Amino acid sequence: MRELLVEHPFFADLDSETLDLLAGCARNERIGAGARILHEGDPANSFYAIREGKIALGSYVPGRGFTTVSTIGAGEVLGWSWLFPPYKWHFDAEAREDVSALSLDGACLRAKCDADPKLGYHLSQRFAKVMEARLGITLALLVDIYHS
Amino acid sequence: MIPRVHRVRERIQEQGDSVTLVIEPTDGEWKPFESGQFNMLWAFGVGEVPISISGDPSEPGRVYHTIHDVGAATHALCSLTPGEELGVRGPFGRPWDVNAAKGRDVVLLAGGIGLAPLRPVVYEMLARRAEFGHIALLVGARTPGDLLFPDELKAWRERGDIQVETTVDRYELGWSGHVGVVTTLMPLVAGDMAQTMGFVCGPEIMMRFGARSLMDRGVSEDDIQVSLERNMQCAVEQCGHCQFGEFFVCSDGPVFRWGRVAPMVGVREL
Repeated sequence: MRELLVEHPFFADLDSETLDLLAGCARNERIGAGARILHEGDPANSFYAIREGKIALGSYVPGRGFTTVSTIGAGEVLGWSWLFPPYKWHFDAEAREDVSALSLDGACLRAKCDADPKLGYHLSQRFAKVMEARLGITLALLVDIYHS
Repeated sequence: MIPRVHRVRERIQEQGDSVTLVIEPTDGEWKPFESGQFNMLWAFGVGEVPISISGDPSEPGRVYHTIHDVGAATHALCSLTPGEELGVRGPFGRPWDVNAAKGRDVVLLAGGIGLAPLRPVVYEMLARRAEFGHIALLVGARTPGDLLFPDELKAWRERGDIQVETTVDRYELGWSGHVGVVTTLMPLVAGDMAQTMGFVCGPEIMMRFGARSLMDRGVSEDDIQVSLERNMQCAVEQCGHCQFGEFFVCSDGPVFRWGRVAPMVGVREL
């Protein structure tokens, strides 16, 4: 498991001790195309480091069905609601293709972060970077960058 | 400075509000062009606008322009039908520096109508394929219905020697591709990008986001080429309308290295 973590960009440059802590909360998952991965309102128990495949993020809209807001793929991570109370998903996600991902257990990670603030710092920093990137994407979307 | 009369040979209705006009000179004297150059197209009785050439530089005799129908002059041009005439001045401007990418990996980043000025670069690079490393063409549009040249994108993807990725801002039923702005495609380009040459074309705000995302991946600002849009009127640096700091976009550009123009892009007064 540790070797798989090292291969994923989200965990790049973490020291051996931190990787060992993370590996204890991780498992390898395969998710078939079309499967629902996250459901709005459900407990946020984990996050996914995507190794292969494409995942659509969005919401179910009455009359329109699943409405995709963005897609993410290999090298990216899915889900940060496991980090913050009330630990519930705020959106839906489904696999657009067969997905291979590392799933990291939220409760396990939170307990380890409480015991080891260094781990909590590493993870918070990395998720903050993901959030910054997603906010930038949202800003680009809102300003309509293709409008001449 | 005097427009030469051209005749519309073919009118291709593109997706969205764009039209490609295939035109040829009535006097038979075709002028060669380089990828990234533009012509001033004159819709008689309406006005003149700068439009990038979107065709293959190695195809003599005809000139392709892909025009977005956004104003009076572009609407008049988009409404022309085969056999009708228009005035043409050009070609003008500094082209894309395709040779600067020889021996290197390439990322072509196009947003919206920005794929039209980059299409000649794709033709040129595919014709000289062995001279370049990995070529990635990343294309973004608002909706699937706004994606330019979808058949060509499909054909290029099927060649296998160019990575073609497309994304849209707004998902529509039936779309199975990526959803998100064009910069979200960047992680799909594998490898170290420190030696990559980037070509970015689209509305200026898109180019700012695009250049930034390339630099985030390690591309030097001087290895990023952008094609700027400004109010070009005379096209021969006499009128000053397209002055951009120390540059005239009509002759010093429209293609610039990002490092030269980045400090000025986004300055409200320019």
